[in-house]
Amino acid sequence: MQVVRHVALSVFKESVRDRVLYSLVAFATLLIGASYLIGQLTAGQDVKIIKDLGLAAIAIFGLFIAVFIGIGLVWKEVERRSIYSLLSKPIRRHEFILGKYAGLALTLLVNVAMMTAAFYVVLAYMNTQASDALRAVWPAPAADPGMLRAVALIVLELLLVTAIALFFSTFSSPFLSAALTFGLWVAGHFNADLRNFEVVVESKTAAYLARGIYYVLPNFAAFDIKAQVVNALPVPPTYLLLAAAYALVYIALLLTGAVLVFSRRDFK
Amino acid sequence: MDAIRTEALTKHYRVGFWRPRPYVALDALTLEVRQGEVFGFLGPNGAGKTTTLKLLMQLIYPTSGRAEILGRPVGDVAVRRRIGYLPENPYFYDYLTAEELLDYFASLFGYAAAERRRRVASLLDEVGIGAERRLQLRKFSKGMLQRVGIAQAILNDPEVVFFDEPMSGLDPLGRREVRQLILRLRDRGGTVFFSSHVLSDAETLCSRVAILAEGRLVASGHLSNLLAFQVRGWELVVTGLTEAALERATTLGHIARATPLGAQHYALELPITVAPDGVLSELTACGARLVSLTPVRETLEDYFVRQVADAPRERGLGTGT
Repeated sequence: MQVVRHVALSVFKESVRDRVLYSLVAFATLLIGASYLIGQLTAGQDVKIIKDLGLAAIAIFGLFIAVFIGIGLVWKEVERRSIYSLLSKPIRRHEFILGKYAGLALTLLVNVAMMTAAFYVVLAYMNTQASDALRAVWPAPAADPGMLRAVALIVLELLLVTAIALFFSTFSSPFLSAALTFGLWVAGHFNADLRNFEVVVESKTAAYLARGIYYVLPNFAAFDIKAQVVNALPVPPTYLLLAAAYALVYIALLLTGAVLVFSRRDFK
Repeated sequence: MDAIRTEALTKHYRVGFWRPRPYVALDALTLEVRQGEVFGFLGPNGAGKTTTLKLLMQLIYPTSGRAEILGRPVGDVAVRRRIGYLPENPYFYDYLTAEELLDYFASLFGYAAAERRRRVASLLDEVGIGAERRLQLRKFSKGMLQRVGIAQAILNDPEVVFFDEPMSGLDPLGRREVRQLILRLRDRGGTVFFSSHVLSDAETLCSRVAILAEGRLVASGHLSNLLAFQVRGWELVVTGLTEAALERATTLGHIARATPLGAQHYALELPITVAPDGVLSELTACGARLVSLTPVRETLEDYFVRQVADAPRERGLGTGT
């Protein structure tokens, strides 16, 4: 466990030095610039739009970090041969994979936490600028803590994306890993359509196949509760728990796969 | 117990995409390296030296055969606590400093923070990295990275150190320092297994060598045994030798080459086929006087070239081993 922690900390340190946290500056600029513009253009809807935009931006910035660092985590080590020195130390290959994953997960958590903090600061500021009449028509307060549930599911989604990117990076080039990870992410957001494929096709085989793919592909749509929290619609705690359990099982399977592939690999 | 032991260690790859065919990177290598010796692992490019080191570090898995380090299988994590490894042309993390890299590697051995600081500082001093230790490694030259690589290889006071081309990228001063370091490691009782192209280094440092060519072991043993009896001629230094006497001996085929050292003073190279005492009697009869007579022995380079030249060239399977 100590070894995993040390590998994770080194990934985090390298990510920070590699200017990953610069994305936070881009996020803050986007959010503050957008709030100003939206404030000028809309009346009454500005807080809702900022909430939509902020949560979507947290998810997208996190996605780019997860994919673009995740695909290089193992590949870079092998390609640049830094792994030769590392694996000659008292470290097992599965500890290396788990450490890499934990390091990127930590980077993402810090990023998301800071983006969320900036998001709430902007919303709190907008709250101070709004009149009582305007606040009364909002479906939820500006700095609604309930939005943290959406952020929590975004974190789970990003952890799953990271596991996918890491899995591909154990045997594939970064370009292919990025294409496959993004492909799965897109497919995973729309795969609810596959579940009821028999409605649009007559072939039973095609319908079964679609149903099978539905169960195998990661269901990213399950992690998207942005619209519910922004409109203050109920989200049952059991839903959150099930989503968390689903993500953890999927991540565990992907990491197991990554470890199995990596453990058998020759570093020529 | 041997420091390193391999038994018929073999590695095949499949090369080619459409019609993959086997390529023998290492063919049934059997080797024993004793504790406390400096062992030179020699061979031309592509001979299988790095493949062997990667097998010993379990960076690749053998097709067949087995390898042990300090009596334990190579994959054993407990063994890795007792060894060090410098890969060929090492490369590390761009955004870490030399200090941070070594601290990270030291943490994998479970050293406490204070102990890590002490080790890192003393090792960076030992390999000659001064204020640069706080620079990110992407700013390091090849030679500086090599020094960092050497430092990380001896971070844990290893009992067995594997160096893959340790002199690569180093200036003459750096090479000298590495030679001294290897001798210090040996004097502390450590075993050093190093691959090198630089035969003079092997000749200076090694007690035993192995020569690999085309994936096969072609020779191994004590340097003194490999080279001592390989006399390839004689060098006879004489004075008072007249030109007429020299010409006659040359015509008779007794002298391969004559190098003038002064007036009537020559260094004469005699072929191995000629008995030196006969030539000496002949020359002294003409008034020459003996200064010295020494056998010309084969150098490691001569031996190496001969062994490698004799090695079979084909590396596919089923071509004889």
